[in-house]
Amino acid sequence: MSFDPLVIRRDFPIFSRTIRDGKRLVYLDSGATSQKPQQVIDAEVDFYRLHNAAVHRGAHQLAEEATDIYEGARDIVAEFIGADRDEVVFTKSATESLNLIAYAMGNAPLGNRFHLSPGDGIVVTEMEHHANLIPWQQLAARTGAALSWFEVNQDGRLDLSNIESIITENTKVVSLTHQSNVLGTINPLKEIINRAHQVGAVVILDACQSVPHMKIDVKELDIDFLVFSGHKAVGPTGIGVFWGRAELLEALPPFLTGGSMIENVTMTGATWAPAPRKFEAGVPNMAQAAGLAAAIHYLQEIGMDSIHAHELKLTQYLLDKFADLAPLKIVGPKTIEARGGSISFTFGDIHPHDLGQFLDSQGIAVRTGHHCAWPLNRKMGVPATTRASLYLYNTIEDCDALVAGILDAKKYFG
Amino acid sequence: MMQLDNLYQEVILDHYKNPQNKKLESDNDAQVHHINPSCGDEVTLGVKLEGEKILSVNWDGVGCSISQSSTSIMSDLLIGKSLEEAAVISESFLQLMQSKGSQDGDETVLEDAVALAGVSKYPARIKCALLGWMAFKDASVQALSKKTN
Ligand SMILES: Cc1ncc(COP(=O)(O)O)c(C=O)c1O
Repeated sequence: MSFDPLVIRRDFPIFSRTIRDGKRLVYLDSGATSQKPQQVIDAEVDFYRLHNAAVHRGAHQLAEEATDIYEGARDIVAEFIGADRDEVVFTKSATESLNLIAYAMGNAPLGNRFHLSPGDGIVVTEMEHHANLIPWQQLAARTGAALSWFEVNQDGRLDLSNIESIITENTKVVSLTHQSNVLGTINPLKEIINRAHQVGAVVILDACQSVPHMKIDVKELDIDFLVFSGHKAVGPTGIGVFWGRAELLEALPPFLTGGSMIENVTMTGATWAPAPRKFEAGVPNMAQAAGLAAAIHYLQEIGMDSIHAHELKLTQYLLDKFADLAPLKIVGPKTIEARGGSISFTFGDIHPHDLGQFLDSQGIAVRTGHHCAWPLNRKMGVPATTRASLYLYNTIEDCDALVAGILDAKKYFG
Repeated sequence: MMQLDNLYQEVILDHYKNPQNKKLESDNDAQVHHINPSCGDEVTLGVKLEGEKILSVNWDGVGCSISQSSTSIMSDLLIGKSLEEAAVISESFLQLMQSKGSQDGDETVLEDAVALAGVSKYPARIKCALLGWMAFKDASVQALSKKTN
């Protein structure tokens, strides 16, 4: 099947509505959340309409069906990222997944390989989303471990020149984003992973901005943990993924405790079920897991390689247009190599908030502000940017609309 | 474009390009720094009082046309007023911002600030318009308590 965004758009009901008095919706905010195809909406609705029951609990047919759907979703996620099924944990979001890891490490007793104490190190980067920064700041504060980070240079790339002094023998955790949600930068993982493993640290990959857009294989990447959110991958909100290597999940203590995650309980104590159940306390987000399975199925039918190629084509197109669009300044890599379809920019004196408002009046949805990466904005010397982020349903026409909108804004605020 | 013109009134763009009282003074009775955490807009604002009278509202900041013009308009409006008058004006402005587009604002009270009425139809921008006003409220309370202590 050849890739045609116009055919794809027909699967997404939202594109049949209009914006601000009849304008065509130009949705360039998939980095924040993606739109949903009918197939995903149906999967979620069908769960409630036909199969709803608490998974793993009832002795009845509905509970069996619900369990099949929920555990089937786990199989689909596992296959999608090249993992074993018992290594896939469902959470409510990437944010929860990251907090799960950080809190679970905080719970690790002395002698556990995840136990942190003063003298140990946690390493992040300056381009992290707040979701992959604050949990580590907090864990460092609770344990006395030191937080350090790779800096970002003015091209929006990580500065690895001092990698040996940042990832040291004391480093226990390295957590970084695969692709920056602001700059679009795709980080050079190999060098970082090699160094981290050399010193015995685990590597956590925030794949929120990569899993939806390209083929990811956790074993090939040689990472230890990975997180992403369903809602950025044409899936529902309320479902996230936490993947970890089997032997690490076995050693990692639980975070949330309660129903379904236990093996045995007495009035004075409890033992844990093996992973993934150990990390899934309570009745999970079942309909959302069904929706995520449908989302992954949808992406796979189209093909991750085709989606990625399409996004690169549009990104190149916008980068070329932006190069001639003074006073536009791209905040992040200006060339296509090792970058994805998230393009942040400033436009002279027009504040991003005002530019975003103007574009909205033309039906164009972009994100403005610091994009939950405030330290990165400070480092790049821009209080705020405008961000266009692309996905499978975007077209050249969308890119042209954005460029025309920016030019009109220049006249309007001129 | 009609809708948008409603938001970006001439007065707003004028104040954005030529902000009034945008120069922090060194002898303020109180000075505060307020941030809009959702977008990063910032205002530093100082107040000088003489008894109950507002001698000076001076400020500096970075941000969108709405947050910066609103602060500029407010500073023009409040200098020379009593704290009591300022409270009435601020309350009236807050009500206008919360009116969801149903009010035009009382020009006899709000003067140029009625130009910001259009903001009330854009929920995401109301915080921008209120940034400077909240900073003033904070600074004036601090200045007053310092004076009366
Ligand atoms: C790179 C990155 N990490 C983490 C997150 C947090 O994802 P969520 O808000 O879905 O938990 C996001 C989404 O905004 C992101 O872009």
